[in-house]
This record gives sequence, structure tokens and C-alpha cells, in this order.
Amino acid sequence: MSSGSIQVQGLYKVFGRDPAAVMPLVREGIGKEELRDTHGHVLALRNIDLSVPEGSVQVIMGLSGCGKSTLVRHFNRLVEPTEGSVSVGGVDVLTLPPGELRHFRQSVISMVFQRFALFPHKTVRANVGFGLDVQRTEERERDRRVARWIERVGLAGYEESYPGELSGGMQQRVGLARALATDAKILLMDEPFGALDPLIRADMQELVLGLQAELKKTVVFVTHDLEEAIAVGDRIAILRDGEIVQNADSQELVLRPADRYIEQFTLKINRARVLRVGSVMEPPNMELDSPLHCGADMSLEEALPRVSASPGEEAPVTDRDGNVVGAISVLRILVAVAGGRYSLGDGSEDRLKRILR
Amino acid sequence: MPEWLKSFPTLGEEFLRSVRRVFDEGYRSFSREYGEAVEAIFDPLLYLLVWFERLLLATPWWLVVAAVCALCYAATRSKKLVAWTLATLLVVGLLGMWEDTMRTLAIISISTLITVVLGVPLGIAMSRSDRLQAIFTPVLDVMQTMPIFVYLIPVVMLFGLGKIPGVIAVVIYAIPPVIRLTNLGIRLVAEEVLEASDAFGASGRDKLIQVQLPLALPNIMAGINQTIMMALSMVVIASMIGVRGLGQPVLEAVTNQYFAMGILNGAAVVALAILFDRITQAYGRRLRAIR
Repeated sequence: MSSGSIQVQGLYKVFGRDPAAVMPLVREGIGKEELRDTHGHVLALRNIDLSVPEGSVQVIMGLSGCGKSTLVRHFNRLVEPTEGSVSVGGVDVLTLPPGELRHFRQSVISMVFQRFALFPHKTVRANVGFGLDVQRTEERERDRRVARWIERVGLAGYEESYPGELSGGMQQRVGLARALATDAKILLMDEPFGALDPLIRADMQELVLGLQAELKKTVVFVTHDLEEAIAVGDRIAILRDGEIVQNADSQELVLRPADRYIEQFTLKINRARVLRVGSVMEPPNMELDSPLHCGADMSLEEALPRVSASPGEEAPVTDRDGNVVGAISVLRILVAVAGGRYSLGDGSEDRLKRILR
Repeated sequence: MPEWLKSFPTLGEEFLRSVRRVFDEGYRSFSREYGEAVEAIFDPLLYLLVWFERLLLATPWWLVVAAVCALCYAATRSKKLVAWTLATLLVVGLLGMWEDTMRTLAIISISTLITVVLGVPLGIAMSRSDRLQAIFTPVLDVMQTMPIFVYLIPVVMLFGLGKIPGVIAVVIYAIPPVIRLTNLGIRLVAEEVLEASDAFGASGRDKLIQVQLPLALPNIMAGINQTIMMALSMVVIASMIGVRGLGQPVLEAVTNQYFAMGILNGAAVVALAILFDRITQAYGRRLRAIR
């Protein structure tokens, strides 16, 4: 099994005095409120199954209190599950003895925290080197790696500063460098940019995407922001009341939300920017020979000006190798952007067709 | 009204006297039996104390002044505090209290050293176990509230008069703040920082040395500061069991009604206290400023 993959099966987490005692009730499906009010236990996670392939970015999304931070802490066993299994790279994390667990955290998995959790008494250099220090990395090797990562996250010149002297965005760069310095294959990011201003947040997302393109780590990224989830995630698992409601890629999530709850989330986002031509196109039409072709991985926003050069007609969609894989029209794009579904089925598609003619 | 409602019924003079006698006899025979052995255990401490006192007295006064000022500057980086230290030491010397001040300085320094060496590890242990905290807290309360003379009795019975019982009394009286504030300081370290060190696979030892102790240091310094203050306030009482220094002239002044002598030596104790206080506090502030 690939060493950077994560498998979680049948994971339950109950907080309280005697979680094992209430587990039978939980398995029978007792409600969260009832468990809290009549049994004094809090159900944080219920029957979580999740598989994260090596090298991919898995987003865990949900509102605050839905259990996303608790879930991510199971992967490096900062939190012990009440029931279920967690395995990383084929290793059962839950049976690791203390020494091996420490070694696992030192070298396989690292973490970035929402409120940075930097060491206030250490310089940027010492913060970034912390993970290597506890591994007893040889001094010159440590200094070399620390310098490289400080440089890579854009903090060169701040090596001797203390975290309290830096802005929030810069502090999280330190957090990121500290996590990357151990060369762990897996990176857990618990709402890493939740505490940052929107502009700085966009910068940081870009930094992470750039790093990920280069490093190909397995990333578990927790956020409450769907735009952020779509920007960074290969797959997005939506968590509600401790359960995964849907785990899909961004196209699937926007086009086929599993329920009203997820649909509510998707209403706020810019569909034209998120949706790709390939996800909304029609089957290829043999007679197409329009010169106005679009790439399947273009966003609708990019495709619309090209297709609207001749609004009544369909344009061919091509994959990366130039093969025609489908057809797209202005109508199709507008329906996808405005309607939210392939077919509205209430006559509005026909109305739109009429208007466009 | 029956008699027992009018005056508090006691267990009886005879009975109480015999109980006291059993305790006194028991302790007296213990100290007769083991007194010398216990004293032998503390011999190294006595050597250290005598050595340090002789060192301070034998070193030329200007060298001692220079050394104290240098220490002060190293700890605080404040020229103003160095100037105050210099002025205080010079005035104390000019008023003829140099030797007594050096003796007091010696016993205070050694007592502080012992309280730190014992108190910090005890505080660390207390911070790591709620049960230990539950046991230590009332003991520390007793140590701080029990009238000092009460625990002077068994100490003097065991050691006789002299430096060692003085140091022991000072340490018992002055150690609680170090223990308490070390415990508090470690417990106050933010949960998220500890979680971060766990997430990077730090061992308990790494966590203590790299994270908890440095972050608790300002609090520990505050504890040491209080300990020094309490030790200084014990100087006069320690002189009653034969500890030489600034306390002795004060005691002499009280018994002979020498007002000026009392004031001068008292003022020297206060001056020492203020110096120690400002220096340790400035050092603590410097530690805090590094964040």
C-alpha cells in the first residue's frame, strides 16, 4: 500500500465520562441532542469512512462544531477514536506504541494549526527547526533544511524574529514551514487560513497550491469556506453533525448536491468560475465543424466569450490531446450557471432557447 | 446548667500533659539518637555556606561591589539599576555594616539556591499530577501560615544553634512561592502549543525542556523573587538561633533599646531586599520581552 494514503473506517468519537457505555445507543442511531441531554455524552463523529489516496488533497468541510477538527486529529492520533480504524500507509495508527507513535508524528505526518500554535519564545528559525530538533537531526542538516523552507515560504530575512513580531499571514507561513521542514509525506491543515484576512488568505492558498504542485503530498485540509475548498481540494467531504454527507469533487458537489444542506452551501459560490466545460457538455455531435472549440477543463467563465461568438450554435469540446469529446452551447452554459441543473424541466430551458434565437 | 455547658469540656489536664510528654520525649530521644547522623548529612551544606561567607568577607570590598554590579548588569542590562546597586552597597559600607551585609548576602544566596534546586523540581512534579497537587497544596499552606517559631523548635532541637538550622528554617519558610509558581507557570502554558509539540512527536522531556519550562520561566522568576523577599524577612528571626548577619544587630538593638542601630541595620535589610527585588523583576521582564 502506498505510504502516503489514509484509510478511515467505521470511525466513531464520543466525548464524555464513559463513551464505551453509550456506544450501543450510538450504533442504533440515537440523536445527537438526545445523547447529550439524557446521557450526558457528546457525539462528535458518527461512522466515518474516508479514503485519501496518496498525493491528493482531501478537503473536510463543514460549519463550526461539525467535528471536522476532531476528525483531522484522528489521523495523527492527537484524538483517540471511541471505535473504528485509522490506517496510514497501511499502518494501523491506533496500535502504535508510544515510541513508534512519536516517530510516526516526527517523520510521516505533520500539521498546521488554525491559530498557528507557534512557540512564542522561539525565533522563526527555531520554530521551523522544532520538528527536526525533536528528531535529533544533525545540526548542519537541520540548518540547511530550515533555511530552505524559510526561503520557500517567503520569510527570508525574518529568521531571528519572534512570532509575536510578525503579522498573522507571516505567522502562518512559519507554521507552514515548520510542518514542511520534516519532509513528512502527509500534511494535515486544520483551518490554516481561517484566522487570516481574505486577501492574505488568497495569497496563502496560492502558496499552498504552488507547493502542492511541486511536492505532491497527501494533504488533508479542513475549512468552513466552500470557495477555499474548491480552490485547493481534489475531493471535498462535507461533514454535518459528525457525519459525512457527501464526498465528491467540486463539479459533482455543485452539479449534483446530495441534499438541500449541501445545495445551500453551493448557492453562494460563483458557478461560472467553478464549473468546467467538461462537466456540463453534451455528447459530441458528429456534424460539428465549428472553429470555435473549447477545452474540457476550461471554466464556463472562460468558455462563454468564445462560444457566444455564434450564440445559436454548438461548439465542439476537446480534451488535452485535441480529440472532440463533447459539445457546448451558450444555452448549455447559461442553464448550468443560472439553473443549477442540467435540465430544469419546467419549461425555462425552452424559454431560454427562444430568447437566444 | 450542667458544668460542661458552662465551660468547654477538655480531655483533662493530666491526659493532655501525658500526650505532650510522649511527643516531646519521642522527638527528644530521636534527636539524641540520630541528631549527629542528620547533622552529618548537612555537613556539605555547612561547608558550602562557610566557604561562601569567607569568600565574600575575604575578597576586597571593591571587588565584591564590582562583581555584584557586573551580575546586575548581566541580568538586567539596565545602567540605572547598576547605579542604584553601586550606591546602596557603598552607603551600607560607609555606615559600617559591610561585614554583616556580606554574611546576610551569603546565607540569602545559599538559601535561595537551595529553594530553587528543591522547589523547581517539586513544582514540575506538582504540575504533572493533579494528585500531587492535591497533596502539596495544603502542605504549602501550612508551611506559609504556621508561626515561624513553631518549626524553629524541632529544627533547633535537632541541630542546636547555628547556620544550618537557620538555613533550614529560611528554606522551609521561603520555598512555597517557588513551588507554587513553577506549578502554576507550567499549568498555564497554552494547550495549543502543547498540542503542536505533540503533533511533531516531541517526547515528554523535549516538551518540558523546550516548551513548558521556557514559557513558565517568567512565573518561576516571580516565585524566586518572592522567595528571596521572604528569606530576607527571616533574617532577624534566624539571628535568634545564632545566624550572624544584619539580623543580629537588630536583635541586639531591640533588647538594648538602641534605636539608631536598629533603624540602620533594618534599613540595610530593606535596601538589600529592594535590590534583589528590582534585579530579579527586571530579569523576569527581560525574559518576557523576548516574546
